[in-house]
Amino acid sequence: MTPWSRIRAETLAPEPFPERAAIARSAAGIGLYAGAFGITFGAVATRSGLSVTQAVTLSAVMCTGASQFALVGVLAAGGSPLAGLSAALLLGLRNAFYGVPVTRILRPRGLRRIWTAQLVVDESTAMAVAYRNPRAGRYAFLATGIALYAMWTLGTLAGALIGSGIDTSALGLDAAAPAIFLALLWPQLSGDRGRTVALGAAVVALGLVRFVPAGLPIIAATAVAILAGFLPTRRRRKPQGR
Amino acid sequence: MTTVWVTVLAASLGCYGLKLVGVSLPESVLNHPRVQRTAGLLPVAMLTALVVTDLFDANRRYTADWHTLAGVAVGAIALRLGRSPVVVFLLAIATTAVTRLI
Repeated sequence: MTPWSRIRAETLAPEPFPERAAIARSAAGIGLYAGAFGITFGAVATRSGLSVTQAVTLSAVMCTGASQFALVGVLAAGGSPLAGLSAALLLGLRNAFYGVPVTRILRPRGLRRIWTAQLVVDESTAMAVAYRNPRAGRYAFLATGIALYAMWTLGTLAGALIGSGIDTSALGLDAAAPAIFLALLWPQLSGDRGRTVALGAAVVALGLVRFVPAGLPIIAATAVAILAGFLPTRRRRKPQGR
Repeated sequence: MTTVWVTVLAASLGCYGLKLVGVSLPESVLNHPRVQRTAGLLPVAMLTALVVTDLFDANRRYTADWHTLAGVAVGAIALRLGRSPVVVFLLAIATTAVTRLI
């Protein structure tokens, strides 16, 4: 274990850390894609019947892509507002759990919690936990979170403004959301439990789409995760000779 | 206020509130191994459900749009080759757009 990980981030001298340039590059890349994805969301939202202000409010206040697409998708499919609301909240629930590693790395106190919370999303959390040096983790979280928040909101505004002028399906933008969700989900599919949950969730969701209102299949799929999470872990044999 | 506005605001403030709860709770509360495990699996289940309903749920009749499907399939190949989400995003929309032209 490096001495870094045992020292509280606040007490460190402001020395440069080696990962800084690489983190900044990754954060810029994520910001770029967040901008493009934001344009997609803005266009999809206004085409689903939301106003420009409503679309931008979602990105600036909710700021969690999957929940936003789920809400807009349910409303566009004629689902009830309550189904859309529950789908958005249940998908947003994971951000509460992301708060655990983020709090450990950033240790936000008082008012800093208010804006730290807003930056908690899949990408910023993944970046924060990727580094063992806590200063690098902190920098990764803030750089990614701020780039993403700014670009996502600005992108949404741009997409919402030109939304009626661009043909989202001609540009292939309807493939954007499922492709990004697959990309976010991908690392989790390398484990047995993750793969089983994904398969179960796919079966449950597809089994239900015919029979229940839009949004509910996504909520029902959480049962698979809860079941798998609360089942006792299979005892694994320890590797020999180590 | 319209129903849409109420839904937008309630969902936005609710989702922000969940983030705030996450960075405000003492670690011990969310640190339980089963809660941690479920927290990791929730996005897997929900993102999978979103992907499959996006792809196969056209008007609730299990019809797929082959152009979108092709785009996401190319994205999956890119992921398999270890490409970043940016590349996956660009390849998926480009593939879908090009197959629509044909």
